[in-house]
Amino acid sequence: MKLSMEEVEHVALLARLALSEEEKERFGAQLSSILEYADRINQLDTTRVDPTYHVLPLQNVSRLDERGATLAPDDVFQNAPDRDGSYFRVPRIL
Amino acid sequence: MEIYDLTAHELADLLQRGEMTSEEVTGAIFQRIHDVEPDIQAYVTITEEQAYEAARQVDGERRQGKDLPYLAGVPAGLKDVLCTRGIRTTCSSRMLEHFIPPYSATVVEKLAAAGAVFTGKLNMDEFAMGSSTENSAFFPTHNPWDLSRVPGGSSGGPAAAVAAGEAPYALGTDTGGSIRQPASLCGIVGLKPTYGLVSRYGMVAFASSLDQIGPMTKDVRDCALVLNLIAGYDPLDSTSAPGAGLGAVPDYTAFLTGEIRGLRIGVPREFFGDGLDSAVAEAVKASLGKLAGLGAVVDECSFPHAEYSVPCYYLIAPAEASSNLARYDGVHYGYRAVAENGGAYDLMEMYTNTRSQGFGAEVKRRIMLGTYALSSGYYDAYYLQALKLRTLIRDDFNRLFDQFDAIVSPTSPTPPFRLGEKSDDPLSMYLSDVYTIPVNLAGIPAISIPCGYTDGLPVGLQLMGPVFSEGTLLRIAHAFEQDTPYHQDRAPLKRGHAAVSPAGREGGDSHGRL
Repeated sequence: MKLSMEEVEHVALLARLALSEEEKERFGAQLSSILEYADRINQLDTTRVDPTYHVLPLQNVSRLDERGATLAPDDVFQNAPDRDGSYFRVPRIL
Repeated sequence: MEIYDLTAHELADLLQRGEMTSEEVTGAIFQRIHDVEPDIQAYVTITEEQAYEAARQVDGERRQGKDLPYLAGVPAGLKDVLCTRGIRTTCSSRMLEHFIPPYSATVVEKLAAAGAVFTGKLNMDEFAMGSSTENSAFFPTHNPWDLSRVPGGSSGGPAAAVAAGEAPYALGTDTGGSIRQPASLCGIVGLKPTYGLVSRYGMVAFASSLDQIGPMTKDVRDCALVLNLIAGYDPLDSTSAPGAGLGAVPDYTAFLTGEIRGLRIGVPREFFGDGLDSAVAEAVKASLGKLAGLGAVVDECSFPHAEYSVPCYYLIAPAEASSNLARYDGVHYGYRAVAENGGAYDLMEMYTNTRSQGFGAEVKRRIMLGTYALSSGYYDAYYLQALKLRTLIRDDFNRLFDQFDAIVSPTSPTPPFRLGEKSDDPLSMYLSDVYTIPVNLAGIPAISIPCGYTDGLPVGLQLMGPVFSEGTLLRIAHAFEQDTPYHQDRAPLKRGHAAVSPAGREGGDSHGRL
């Protein structure tokens, strides 16, 4: 399982990571060896095995639509990298 | 023994008898922190002022004759993955270096309500990804038993702090062994509870189907006492087990009877094979003899899918992480990259530069691995296949628990390794978790307790049980502990051979105190 440079770049794009050339080389080689090791899971025939997504027998946990305590806006906005009043400012997208 | 050497229950007894105040105990712990932090480096943030305030509050209430929870006034440390309102929570990442949570984790609220005095936030592998705490973006933590060695990870800060007397107990988190492996490497007790027993609300998520919060303590009684405080259903966590799976949460100290006659303990032969250090194997095998001597029925058994646990985990956990960590986009909180020389990034450049500069190497590696495993064309072969293996691993455990009350293994295949020894080889680092990972995949509880030494370094014994069997695990662990001297030993804080310069570590560009 050897990852090509194109695959490394594609995955980095999907993951929203800007990698240096050195990182692409290094991660490419490391991911290849990890995937080669992980490939042993494909030695087993699992056609009749159900996947386990989650260990608890819970589904669709919901709560009553009731008003509860909310976070203080000042507490929340103090962490904003770029703020304009009660807005988060981002680079223009249009 | 010094005050900082005492267990939480010993300190609680001193407080109850009026022999010391919480302020005095807190003072003794901070004196210890100031004395040994330069060598250990367990704390990312020290909250001395708030701690004294909390201690004085408890002392005042006690003077007024108020009926206080047993551990009220006893100091405690928190892994820096647990949100603390108004106190910086970094996950040992540049991404969250200046993040001030607007709310506290449920476990933090519960401990605070029980009168805990928080000493500060403890170092960890960045976003809990690692087995040595060398992946902290700030500095590595050192093992109190040999300062040239790692404390394990990812809860290396909590483990080292408890072992060095810098916190009577701490809370850690465990996704693939992150409580138990550092507990083993630092000679303390660490419990990973059943998935869903302890609320994860306010814990920064790594892999949501595997993460659990648990106690890291000096002995088994402390472990039971802390579990009493943090266990239970939480409507704020949609994966919290209703009724904690057993109606009301029991008093876990009631299980500490010292009596384990007739309990059936299984020893999977696959957990004693290749890769296990011979001295560790010897210490663990001697422990099996002790358990049998206490009246337990110890028998060999088989865990057929053991060899698939690590590859299964290193597909599922990164896949979940790649999704969870997508939130760090530089918009609402955390680090945002800014273009140099007055230039401006477009949105995509802002995302990619923020994430590349904010995350360290191991986090990027796991995001890449998880993204790959989930991507079109590879989903079935990797992610879905890993989920099916997860079923087979659970089935192995379920079969074993028809025959046994608990399963035993080493916690870590090796004693603590040297700083820098494995940091260039991710796969070899991943194999540190070979005995702890199956537990998270199955969602069952497991505890690590000290069971001996090799060359002056602690060895840990892992006990695993069926879901919600914490009581039985604590009972066995306590009986073993009371029959052995290890829980009374304290780390010597000796200097080993020259530590590797933190500057040489991959992904870390700063080793200064924050």
